[in-house]
Formats: sequence, C-alpha cells, structure tokens
Amino acid sequence: MREVVLTPKEQPPYGLIAECISCDVFAGRSIEEIEALPVYYGNRQGKLGDFFDVAGEPADKAGELRIIIEGDVTKTRWIGRDMSAGEIVIKGSADMYVGAWMSGGRIVVEGDVGTFSGMQMRGGELHVKGSAGDYLGCSYRGEWRGMSGGRIVVEGNAGAEVGQNLNGGRIFVRGSVDTFAGVRMKKGLLVVGSAIDRVGAQMTGGAIVVLNGVQRLLPGFDPAGDVENPEIEGESFEGVFRKYTGDHAERNARGVLYIKV
Amino acid sequence: MPRYTDVICSFCGTLCDDIEVSVEDNRIVDVKHACRIGTAKFLSSNDLEHRLLKPMVRKNGKLVEVSLEEAIERAAEILKNAVKPLLYGWSSTCCEAQSVGIELAEELGGVIDATVTVCHGPSVLAVHDAGYPGCTLGEVKNRADLIIYWGSNPMHGHPRHLSRYSIFPRGYFRERGQSDRELIVIDVRKTDTAKIANKFVRVNYGEDYELISALRKVVNGGELREESVAGVPKEEIIALAEKMMNCQFGVLFFGMGLTQSYGRHRNIDNAICLVRDLNVHTKFVMQPMRGHYNVVGFSEVLGWQAGFPYAVDFGRGFAWYNPGETTANDVLQRGECDAALVIASDPVSHFPRKSVEHLAKIPLVAIDIHPTPTTQIADVVIPSAIAGIEAEGTAYRMDSVPLRLRKVKEPPEGVLSDEEIMRRLLAKVRGEAPKLEVEAR
Ligand code: SF4
Repeated sequence: MREVVLTPKEQPPYGLIAECISCDVFAGRSIEEIEALPVYYGNRQGKLGDFFDVAGEPADKAGELRIIIEGDVTKTRWIGRDMSAGEIVIKGSADMYVGAWMSGGRIVVEGDVGTFSGMQMRGGELHVKGSAGDYLGCSYRGEWRGMSGGRIVVEGNAGAEVGQNLNGGRIFVRGSVDTFAGVRMKKGLLVVGSAIDRVGAQMTGGAIVVLNGVQRLLPGFDPAGDVENPEIEGESFEGVFRKYTGDHAERNARGVLYIKV
Repeated sequence: MPRYTDVICSFCGTLCDDIEVSVEDNRIVDVKHACRIGTAKFLSSNDLEHRLLKPMVRKNGKLVEVSLEEAIERAAEILKNAVKPLLYGWSSTCCEAQSVGIELAEELGGVIDATVTVCHGPSVLAVHDAGYPGCTLGEVKNRADLIIYWGSNPMHGHPRHLSRYSIFPRGYFRERGQSDRELIVIDVRKTDTAKIANKFVRVNYGEDYELISALRKVVNGGELREESVAGVPKEEIIALAEKMMNCQFGVLFFGMGLTQSYGRHRNIDNAICLVRDLNVHTKFVMQPMRGHYNVVGFSEVLGWQAGFPYAVDFGRGFAWYNPGETTANDVLQRGECDAALVIASDPVSHFPRKSVEHLAKIPLVAIDIHPTPTTQIADVVIPSAIAGIEAEGTAYRMDSVPLRLRKVKEPPEGVLSDEEIMRRLLAKVRGEAPKLEVEAR
C-alpha cells in the first residue's frame, strides 16, 4: 500500500469542507494535483495545499492508497465522503461528517469524530478510538433510509440518536450513548454499552443490544423472555439477555431489543 | 379622523384580522377587538421616546448618529468583508423584507436563519420525518369537537386563539360554540388555559414522549403493562386515547412545552405519528402554536427561494441545510461566523450565553424598531418602521394562511420599512461587491 501524508497547518475558524480527502479522489493524482484540490470555507474556495502539507507516494487505484492525517483536524468536515476503497488514518480528532455516504474501504480515527459521522454509510468500516458526536450513522434530514451497510465501531461514547433510521449495517459503541439510540430503526444491528432512555424509539425492525444496562424503557417494549448466549444478526453474544419486542407504539413493529442481565 | 377596519394585528401567530384602529394626527387613539398585548403594540407606535429614530454607527467605541447613507454603507462594508456572515431574525417583519434578506444572504454567501431555530425548529425537523397532518384555523372553528393544547398556554401566549378559532366561536357544524366542543390541556403545570379546560392531564416534566408512546400503543390496539406512564395513570391514558379515537374532528395544538422540552423534535415526530394513527379511527389534525406573527412566513419564503425552511448556508453558492451545523446557535457557539446582521429580533436577550459571547466579538449590524440589548452592542444600528402599523406587507398566520398587513400611519420622519432598508443594503452590497474569490463549484 502506498501512503500520502497530510500534515495539518492552521485550520480556518469557519469550518473547512474537505470532501476531497478521499482515496477515490486522490487516486491517479500527483502530489501537486492533490495540493490543488478544492476546499471550501465560509464563502471562499481554497486549495487543500493551503491547509495541509502534502507528502508521500500517490497511487493509481484507491484500493492501493492509505491517506494519513498527522494530527487534529477538528475544523475539517466531510473527510472520506463517498469513499469506496482504500484507507484513511486520522491521527487525531476530526469534525462532522467523517465517512458520510462511504461505500467501501476503511477510516480509522485515533481521536474523536463530530456530529453526523457515518451518515448514510453503505459499506466499509469506520473505526473511532475516541468518542463520536450526535447522529452517528444517521440519515440526512427527512431521508427515512439511514445507514444501509458497513460497520461503525466507536471505542468511547456516542451522542444522541445513534443509528437513527438505521436500515442495515452494524454499529458498535463500547461506551455509553445518549438518548434515542436506534430511533426509527428498520434493519441492521446496533450494539451499545449503556444507554439512558428511549432506546429503539419508534423502531420497526432490526436489533439493538445493550450490554451495560439502560435506565428507562419506553412503554412500547414488551418482554419476550430471556435468552442465553444468543446469536443476533449473525454476531454471537455471551451471557443472559432479556429480550423485548417493539416499539409497539408503531403498528406491526418487529424490532427486537436485548438487554444483558 | 381616519378609521381603519379589518386591520391585522402584527404581534402573535394568531394574526387577528378584525382589528379596528382610529388615527388622529398620525397617532393611534383607539384600538378595538385586539387583546391587551395587541392593543399595547398598536399604541406603542405613538411612543417615540422608546423608539430608534436615527441611524447610528460605532466610532471609537461609541454609537454616534449618522446619515442613513453612511449607516448602510458601513453595514454593507461589514457584510461584504465577512467570510461567513450570519443573517438572523426575520420573524417579526413582513415576507417582502425576508425575501430581499434571503437574496442578500445568497449574494454574500452567508448563513441565514430565523427565530424558528429556537421555537418550532424541532417541529420542522419532525415534519421532514413524519409529514404534516395540518389544517386551517377556519376548519377548526367550523368542525372541531375535541381540542387539545399540549405544552401551550394560549390564554397568555395567544390570547384570542381560544375565542376566534378553537373553543368559544360558533362554527358551521358547531352551532352552539363552546358547548359543542371539549377542551383538554396536557401540560406540566395547571396553566390558566388548563383551568378552563374540561380535562387537565398533568404529565411529568420531560416525559411527554413516553406519554405519546403510551397513547399510540393504546390507539394501535396494544396493551399497557405499566400502572402509570409519565405520571398519568393507565386508566386515564386509556380514557384519553378513547376520547381521541371517538371524536368527530380532533385537533392537537402544541407549543414550546413540547418542542423545547426533553426529546424536542422526537416529541413532535411521535405526536405527528399519533395523529396519523388516530386518522385510522376518525379525523384528527395538528397545528403548531407559532409565536412571532410572521415566523411561518420566513419558512414559506425561504422554502420557495432556497428550498429549505430555515438555517440555510449559501457559502458554496448553493443552499445547504442541516440544522445542527447551519443553525444560528451552532454557527455562533462554534465561533464560525465573522460578522452578523440581526433584524427584528433580540438574540442578545434570548440566546444562550456562549452564542451571545461570540456575537459580541464580531461586527454586528442591527435593524430594529426600538433599542434592545442587541442594538446596544451593535456596530451599526438602523431604525425601521413597524410592519403592520407603519408599513404594508404580507405575513403568514400560524396555519400558513397569508394575510396582507396594512399601514395605518406614517413612520417617524426618515425611518424606512425593513423591506426598503434591505433593498438599499442589497444594492450597496451588489454595487461594489467583488465576485467571490473563485467561483463556487
Ligand atoms: S391574539 Fe395575537 S394577533 Fe390577536 S390581537 Fe392578540 S396579540 Fe394580536
């Protein structure tokens, strides 16, 4: 695998839209061409090279390329948007929309990611070693089909509405999640450490697993017995789980919620 | 003495259109039919002591009176030099001014947002997810036999809402007025509206979502396991659900008690779904209790000019909308905007501290009818005429019905309407504006 290294310079306070940071866009371009890729902030347009030192060896195919961002880019948005292959490693934290609409490849973030990360992901993997903001793996406003494939792993915590409108794919959050995890979920698997309340609100399908307890359940969830070492959506879990179906506020809801006892 | 009938009250979203106003020597001497708040607004136009009358620009740290031309020039300069200007306010002025404002935001490549963002923004997000089973207030007046106010206290917020549209008026199918209707109030405390209701349901603070879920479960044929949900006993929830299913025409009016409490847009999302579920059994509609008289108008105008209802970022030359990123408070709290224009609104009094702190740091242009904490920290202040009293225009009632605001008296000397100020500002910006550094993609 070849590597292109982006070393961040000063980030603009307005927020930097850098959807060009993707293996698909870098593939087949020289270092000079990569430096000249457009980025946007406020009402201005600039070049990627204005905000990053670009070095390394570019590749012809996205799948043969690894992009390394050396440090925090907490004002940079849309990293890895629409990416289909290759790998991005962010050695720090990034802003909103990391890996939105991604369909393949892998993004590893050593710090945190902002709100709306993994939005409507279709494939590939987003691995966050820190924490994620609200709306992890969500859908864009008004779109009822959210993330449909791929895998998101967050080792820390995540904010509200994780996996909103989830329509396939898998999300794992080791730590705690804020309110409304799996809201309006239809398909797929969402596994979280602990949750506060309103887990699976308005869900009609798919499965949610809570490993370390939830403070309060919605009235739309009915108990369906205990299960031991269950296999859920192709993943095995150890221990005894209390099974619920719901959210029966919805007509014909077929969602399943497992809470570890 | 000129007497105007069918004048519109430009205060709250009820937008009463039956006001009578008498004017003598350019002073309003009598107001009929308006509620106390509306009357006070009409009469306040006589009081020039508490009005802004002269344009001002901050020089050496102090606001000094200048010509209108100079104020507009300075405002245009501030906005043109900004990389990410924020244009905020808009709900208490007419659609015509809003329309030019949106054009200005597009010209500048700025972010435009209205007070929707801190009132019924969550309702808008919920409508994206669940649709909008609404109606006009005329339908409520003529048909509704079950009226529910949830998290809303119209006795104080919209004083004539009850008498013109919901409980008291006689309607085509409700000939006996109040005795043909039932009023239910759901709130965290017994408000004055709750005191006149046939039934008051007290819900635990921050648990509205749970109560809606429980109601939906019952309406959809499920059984409640809990003895009580959100502090409301099971029997009461079942009785309430049955009442809703068995009415002929029900309406759910909801206010900021639902949109701004824990759960926010999901409360409304769930409530919309409840109304949808109820329509399997009967006819049921819902309606947000919009506060500012033309907050609906802003979403309408932005909707037809940019395709989105609020919080639009024109930075890249096209409209990008995503509340959470492009909303005024997010842009301010993240310290992203480097200049702001505030019109017909007072964010310094109403925004969270962190937002105000950033607003105080950046150059600020304020357009308003009277001094506010926002005009006090502004760098340019431009006085404007009161839309609906001193200037004509269009406003949208809370049920999205457009009404024509009337002009009943002249504004103070030299004071222009919001629309005219926006036009001059846009012309100034256009006249000298260099194109964006590079054409947006
Ligand atoms: S209810 Fe609202 S619109 Fe009607 S008179 Fe009172 S303040 Fe004006």
